[in-house]
Amino acid sequence: MSFELVLTYLISPTFFHGALITLLITVCSLFFGAIVGLIIALLQETRLRAAHGVTLAYLWLFRGTPVLFQIIFVYNVLPSFGIRLSAVVCAVLALSLNEGAYMAEIIRSGLQAIRKGQRTAALALGMFPSDVMRHVVIPQAVRIILPPIGNQMIGMLKLSALVSVVAVEDLLLIANQTASSNFRYFEALTAAGIYYLVLTTLFMALQSLIERRLDPKSRRKRKAMSMMERLLGVGRTTTVR
Amino acid sequence: MSSAPKVATPYPLLEIMAIDKSFGSNKILKNCSLNVQASETVVIIGPSGSGKSTLLRCVNQLDPADGGNIFFEGKDVTRDARNAPYLRREIGMVFQNFELFSHLTAAENIMLAPMKVRGMSRSDAHDIASELLRKVRIPEKADHFPDELSGGQQQRVAIARALAMKPKVMLYDEPTSALDPEMIREVLDVMAELSSEGMTSLVVTHEMGFARQAADRIVFMEGGEIIENATSAGFFSGEVHPRAKRFLEQILH
Repeated sequence: MSFELVLTYLISPTFFHGALITLLITVCSLFFGAIVGLIIALLQETRLRAAHGVTLAYLWLFRGTPVLFQIIFVYNVLPSFGIRLSAVVCAVLALSLNEGAYMAEIIRSGLQAIRKGQRTAALALGMFPSDVMRHVVIPQAVRIILPPIGNQMIGMLKLSALVSVVAVEDLLLIANQTASSNFRYFEALTAAGIYYLVLTTLFMALQSLIERRLDPKSRRKRKAMSMMERLLGVGRTTTVR
Repeated sequence: MSSAPKVATPYPLLEIMAIDKSFGSNKILKNCSLNVQASETVVIIGPSGSGKSTLLRCVNQLDPADGGNIFFEGKDVTRDARNAPYLRREIGMVFQNFELFSHLTAAENIMLAPMKVRGMSRSDAHDIASELLRKVRIPEKADHFPDELSGGQQQRVAIARALAMKPKVMLYDEPTSALDPEMIREVLDVMAELSSEGMTSLVVTHEMGFARQAADRIVFMEGGEIIENATSAGFFSGEVHPRAKRFLEQILH
């Protein structure tokens, strides 16, 4: 066991490149997955029967098969239809489509968590349904769905390791290749593990940052004076729940 | 108490003509007719499930009527779903559960519709919000979020939010039913003040004190029908339909 070798791997361009590929695939898949999920969730909100059928079939298909299967399927089957995409694009495509199914359910649960009365109140003010969605429902739903989305972000980072099966040179494949050339599995895998931990830690920090930013009360800037007033004022107003 | 009608127009501001409404096989409204003149305050009372709230929701098309017609300022608005958002801009509504938008402060709740619906600038909307919060007597709560306000304060913000669209009529759907007893007064006072200033109001409530103080007319509903439609003076002098009388005795003990 050589910790020097671990360090060497950590700062080596190959490992760094592998980590970048992992991060790239994760971020792209999350981005497109969120878009797919939002579309599916909004389609489910409509009253169109056809839209319901499509979304139901989509969820059934992508939640009903293993993501590893989906990656291999996209990579190996699309070329036979004349669609030739690079391994990275195939990986992102499969992961995005899979992620979309899960995101859709998370977003739907968030939209449903907003009481019907909130929409009614917005409609009663004369807003169009699209404005109700944009200004009343979505801003509230975002705060509800953020924690499960954070789970998905971290899950995706780890899921991305599956793409090594279609020869995408991600962090895991690099580590595996490096190790099999010299049989120093401990060092190579430890280096990869450290990279994964650093990335997941960054994601967690990002999530808590966004959560704090989205807390509406953080927008209210309290000066020291008004804080004092608030403290003093509490004694007089008795009805604040 | 004032006598109706106050303003002579060729037609009532709001004319509800023989409307029916069902949810599934459940008939909620049966042949209900009611006219509301400009500046009039009409209080609707009746047992729960009698269709009072549904009648209000038919007026601003939240639950469109199945049969009959509703005229607003002389125009038939009954089944015009496409123009419903425009109609609702002229009709303020206040709900039993306040329904303030929880992600916005009191001031922002009031500013949202003027900005997004009327296209008003932020500073103009802010001026309106400040003025209305003064009107409902909580100017100091402008930057508070709904969960930091008492029920009575939330309902007063909700009234201000509806007023911000400068509606021609206000619909109140049991505005004090979800409030603790000590907060009912502050909400009713605001409503009575608006009525006395000439705001046309249609109020579903069980607060007979408010009806006595502010109503021009009192409508009693039961089983989806309008049983009684009397002037306030007539109603409280006891010249009412026996079913209305029985209901009154029940709620006044």
